[in-house]
Amino acid sequence: MTVLFAAVTIAHLVLVLVYVHRLAVGPTVFDRLLGLNAFGTSTTVVLLLIGVVYEREDMFVDIALAYALLSFIGSLAAARYFEREGVPR
Amino acid sequence: MTLLIGVLLAAGLFFHAVAALGVLRMPDFYTRLHAVGKLETLGLLLTLAAVALWAGPGLTAVKVGFVAAFIFLANPTSTHAIGRAALRIGLRPWRREAP
Repeated sequence: MTVLFAAVTIAHLVLVLVYVHRLAVGPTVFDRLLGLNAFGTSTTVVLLLIGVVYEREDMFVDIALAYALLSFIGSLAAARYFEREGVPR
Repeated sequence: MTLLIGVLLAAGLFFHAVAALGVLRMPDFYTRLHAVGKLETLGLLLTLAAVALWAGPGLTAVKVGFVAAFIFLANPTSTHAIGRAALRIGLRPWRREAP
């Protein structure tokens, strides 16, 4: 069963590469912001799955909760900043 | 129980894969935001349900529920904030070229 969780973790990590690609080449600033937001959300679930694989989900669930809070705050702050200050050309 | 966990993991991975495909293939920013805002939230909730079932009843499952509830509120909020910022800056939505 842990092998299944490990396989699903690796599959999620491969899918995260798509968001890294969008973060690197996104035509606009907002594409990069979208990639960052999706990257943070995916990292939360990957952290929980890693906790199951290492059989320490009691520790990793706290890390995932803190990471989700920080990712949400960062994404919201960046969106508000670009909304107020405009996009650098 | 094992079968249920496997089905939830597979469904979560499927929805996450569709979200990644949308981010990779959609033509402009708003359509990509549409793909990732809903599908990723759903895939993440299904995967978190599998993790909570695996952990069994106890404090860890309650904390996984906290993470799921927070993501369920926070991910659509940040998606909406990013989309509103793009619209106010003046990014034009994609249209099919006139034939």
